Amino acid sequence: MSGHMNLTLKVWRQKSPQDKGGFVTYKADGISEDMSFLEMLDVVNEGLIKKGDDPIHFDHDCREGICGMCSLYINGRPHGPKRAVTTCQLHMRSFKDGETITIEPWRAAAFPVIKDLSTNRAAFERIQQAGGYVSVNTGGVPDANEIPIPKVIADEAFNSATCIQCGACVAACKNSSAMLFVSAKVSQLALLPQGQQERYRRVQAMVAQMDAEGFGNCTNTGACEAECPKEISLTNIARMNREYFTAKFFKEEEIH
Amino acid sequence: MGNFSKTFSSSLGKKLIMSLTGLFICLFLVVHLIGNLQLFKDDSGQAFNSYAYFMTHFTPIKVISYINYAIILGHAIYALILTISNRKARPIGYAVYNGSANSPWNSRNMGILGTIILIFLIIHMKDFLWEYHNNTSLPYARYEASLADPQNVKVTPLAVTDKEYSHVDYVDPQSQTHITVAKDLYKLVRDSFKIWWYVALYVVSMVAIGFHLIHGFRSAFQTVGWDHKKLVPIIRFLGVWIFGIIIPAAFAAIPLYFFFCK
Amino acid sequence: MKLDAKIPEGPLAEKWSKHKFNLKLVNPANKRKYTVLVVGTGLAGASAAASLAELGYNVKTFCFQDSPRRAHSIAAQGGINAAKNYRNDGDSVYRLFYDTIKGGDYRSREGNVYRLAEVSVNIIDQCVAQGVPFAREYGGLLDNRSFGGAQVSRTFYARGQTGQQLLLGAYSALNRQIHEGKVKSYNRHEMLDVVVVDGKAQGIVTRDLITGEIETHAGHAVLLCTGGYGNVFYLSTNAMGCNVTAAWKAHKRGAYFANPCFTQIHPTCIPVTGDHQSKLTLMSESLRNDGRVWAPKTQEIAEKLRRGEIKSSEIKEEDRDYFLERKYPAFGNLVPRDVASRNAKEAVDNGLGVGSSGKAVFLDFADAIARLGEDTVRAKYGNLFDMYYQITDENPYKQPMRIYPAVHYTMGGLWVDYNLQTTVSGLYCLGEANFSDHGANRLGASALMQGLADGYFVIPYTVGDYLATIGPKAIDESHPAFAETKQAVIGRINKLLSLKGTRTVDDYHRELGHIMWEYCGMARTEEGLTKAKGLIRELREDFWKNAIVPGTNNEFNQSLEKAGRVADFLELGELMVDDALQRKESCGGHFRLESQTEEGEALRDDENFAYVAAWEYKADGAPEELHKEELVYENVKLTQRSYK
Repeated sequence: MSGHMNLTLKVWRQKSPQDKGGFVTYKADGISEDMSFLEMLDVVNEGLIKKGDDPIHFDHDCREGICGMCSLYINGRPHGPKRAVTTCQLHMRSFKDGETITIEPWRAAAFPVIKDLSTNRAAFERIQQAGGYVSVNTGGVPDANEIPIPKVIADEAFNSATCIQCGACVAACKNSSAMLFVSAKVSQLALLPQGQQERYRRVQAMVAQMDAEGFGNCTNTGACEAECPKEISLTNIARMNREYFTAKFFKEEEIH
Repeated sequence: MGNFSKTFSSSLGKKLIMSLTGLFICLFLVVHLIGNLQLFKDDSGQAFNSYAYFMTHFTPIKVISYINYAIILGHAIYALILTISNRKARPIGYAVYNGSANSPWNSRNMGILGTIILIFLIIHMKDFLWEYHNNTSLPYARYEASLADPQNVKVTPLAVTDKEYSHVDYVDPQSQTHITVAKDLYKLVRDSFKIWWYVALYVVSMVAIGFHLIHGFRSAFQTVGWDHKKLVPIIRFLGVWIFGIIIPAAFAAIPLYFFFCK
Repeated sequence: MKLDAKIPEGPLAEKWSKHKFNLKLVNPANKRKYTVLVVGTGLAGASAAASLAELGYNVKTFCFQDSPRRAHSIAAQGGINAAKNYRNDGDSVYRLFYDTIKGGDYRSREGNVYRLAEVSVNIIDQCVAQGVPFAREYGGLLDNRSFGGAQVSRTFYARGQTGQQLLLGAYSALNRQIHEGKVKSYNRHEMLDVVVVDGKAQGIVTRDLITGEIETHAGHAVLLCTGGYGNVFYLSTNAMGCNVTAAWKAHKRGAYFANPCFTQIHPTCIPVTGDHQSKLTLMSESLRNDGRVWAPKTQEIAEKLRRGEIKSSEIKEEDRDYFLERKYPAFGNLVPRDVASRNAKEAVDNGLGVGSSGKAVFLDFADAIARLGEDTVRAKYGNLFDMYYQITDENPYKQPMRIYPAVHYTMGGLWVDYNLQTTVSGLYCLGEANFSDHGANRLGASALMQGLADGYFVIPYTVGDYLATIGPKAIDESHPAFAETKQAVIGRINKLLSLKGTRTVDDYHRELGHIMWEYCGMARTEEGLTKAKGLIRELREDFWKNAIVPGTNNEFNQSLEKAGRVADFLELGELMVDDALQRKESCGGHFRLESQTEEGEALRDDENFAYVAAWEYKADGAPEELHKEELVYENVKLTQRSYK
């Protein structure tokens, strides 16, 4: 039912954050079209281990496109050639027999390489710790239906909330800007009534942390939106800008 | 740091500066084009030369001009600052980069387009503005027309000799004649645009402005946060058609008009 | 040791309130003198850590992923149950309690399950207050849908990504506490042992997965929120990193393991395509609200389908067997998971399977598309249909989905009492990692409910009681138990790294999975299980001789991580088989072929098996000792489960 193909892989290998790193070429033979991209790498790794070599390290976990752990910059694009798909959901039928595939880690000063294709995305953690929450304690909250929310607002907030924090937006952006990620987080809570109390403090705190992490600046190319596996919209960025300037010029809340 | 300096030193603040300066320059382009349309008038440059004199000697306009230069310079300097910080954000680049798969070429090369435009601006200002102010060998022109028949203008080029001319514009009550003596910038324009490579430089630069604005105009609104669903299509239309195509095309038409029709 | 579940006395509905009153409290000023270690940051772990930090305790969290938000709770699709009765369709706390006890085939504790149903309503309130964007109706109020095994609509959902949204809510609460300095989070850290001092858990040993550093962390209590062990089957809907290691190490330090053989096989997963497959993908149970499950009526037609000679659309209506609707008219396609799975397996075993492998049945949306229109179906299930299309390259709007059961959830886990404390003092277990609430089969949309109930609303009360008892004295990290446990961990790592044989760890894992699926999967027999026990032992011995573990400890070494986890699965597998062997009845997901009704349904033996099987670890290689906690039913009558 499915064809088999032989591929050449050019993979970035780097032993540690300090190591200089470089490309190593591998052959991946007898690859089934039904394999996912990561399963193809599994096959290559099995071969490496049997030879006593260190397998190619890459981050992955759920393999169903939701945990956001997998990354990989494949042939010049984050998560490979297909739109709205994570690397773990990318199948080998998207490639041709005999093709050479170049695999690189996310490249950004804020995402240093840990090993091979695996990067440290803790910067995203710190941005959310700066303010990506509603300050409510467990218990003592009103009944869920006491906060009615128009469906269109709830849906819009949901769209922003589907971000999986994979970092493809940063990887795709020629400036390594994290605006799509940060704006999706800001948007979700800026839209919902629950987020209103901390709305203007939040956006300032998260943008300040984003800047401190050393991400680049947005030039609105739209690459992030095009490469986002969850199709997070650029509208979020405009919304965050609006929130930020409103906070800075017209509100008194400050970061605490 | 005060609130404002903090705001403008943030990444979003710097982008706001880019956006607002960019939009101001767009506005300037419109005004500049309307003024330059006088070059198409078949009056041997009388209107254009008077306009040039007015623009360079009326104090409020001069103030605005200097603000405009500052804004253009600011736009360029902030572009440089942002570009340097963007470079720092990715110290190691990709070996294979397929940007065309996810974004238009011009949006990724605003810096290159901007640099072309800046170089053009330097040449443009040197060749016309600087020359106009400082080149003592620029000729003058004298325009005479009877008030009874204002359409019939008599033009006398005043070649540069030892004699100093100065700008005059008055009606002689005796002869009932409108007399204008003006520095002949028009001639400089006409002569310049007879050189093919100079015309080419202008046309290419206008194409660069077009591409720069197709992305820049829309992008400026995105940066200030203006993305209302109902407004975005209008902004996109203005960005592409007015600022990306019609205005640069009209500017480019000037050198082409002189090259081919004059 | 006699197992004491510590279920409070008194009427069912008052047990929890009374118990909460009886639990000791920690003085607010003393709370900051305690440290609680939370291992795992899924729904249970993140919610517990945030809630405890809010109370004032110092919390350390640990997860092997690079962010707490990546825990596998993120992948839960369908929804979360709560007895809100927003639909006015007859739901109540008691009904949710009853459905859950019945759905679990009467192998869970009344007291625990009632408490779960009781706090379910608070969970929804809590999540909404955090900004979780649940699905809403045009009036702005929350929407609900129905889920398998229930006849009321009590499931709250956020499209097909409910787990994601709930976890992001708990994660945001956790982030807030990290910002406040009350929680310190250790990401990319794996717990490799528990430090037990004088019978009390007082710390853990972890490995920093990036540097390989072996660290000890001291705490007044340890909370294991480390999820299920479904990956013992190699192929499952679990994430690749899901493992039993934390729970297994705790087990070896004295925590009993309860009902390990109770595993849930989810009926609607995308079928296996080949040996290369690394995991299976679930298609939410919510699909069964509109999709109809069927197989061809005759082997002849099925054979033609498998060979690709005919298409599913060419099969006439009368040649299709909608077997769930036919056998269970009352519940139809919405029967509980164990029942749906078993029937799919039966169809395949009878030669009626479809797809090239023959190991699949259809889940057909043609009727729903005709009735509701493609757009409505897309709005409801769009992301699931897209995912199916990505994986199979088949368009489910045009042809029926092919589905087959896959390992999804483990009801078994560390034994805990009503306070969620294991048999080791100060060692607690929450969420899927414990055994407590789902009996022999978990109902859809109940896992999220349990994880959050444990973390937000149970542990903050019960752990306080223990902490108040032991007092706020600082834990002495210089106690020799810390150094000894650390040495034991280093010893095992060195042993693993010394393996330079010929066979990869994945290969062992794959074979273990085959054994477990074949003999301890959807249908189990005395003979098969006995055989499996021998096979697992052989495989384990071979592993410690011939496996290859490349690299060193002092680096990011994914091979070493995997080897440690698979080594633990190789031990757990045998215990699961032992447990399945001793439970000679069928119940819920545990189906012994020897014990079935005439119609082929699971036949319980309440007289002999109405107990929790809790296993005590003795020594390496020695048989474990079985302890029984009798299940007492004061409120529900045990009946043969019927969904007809």
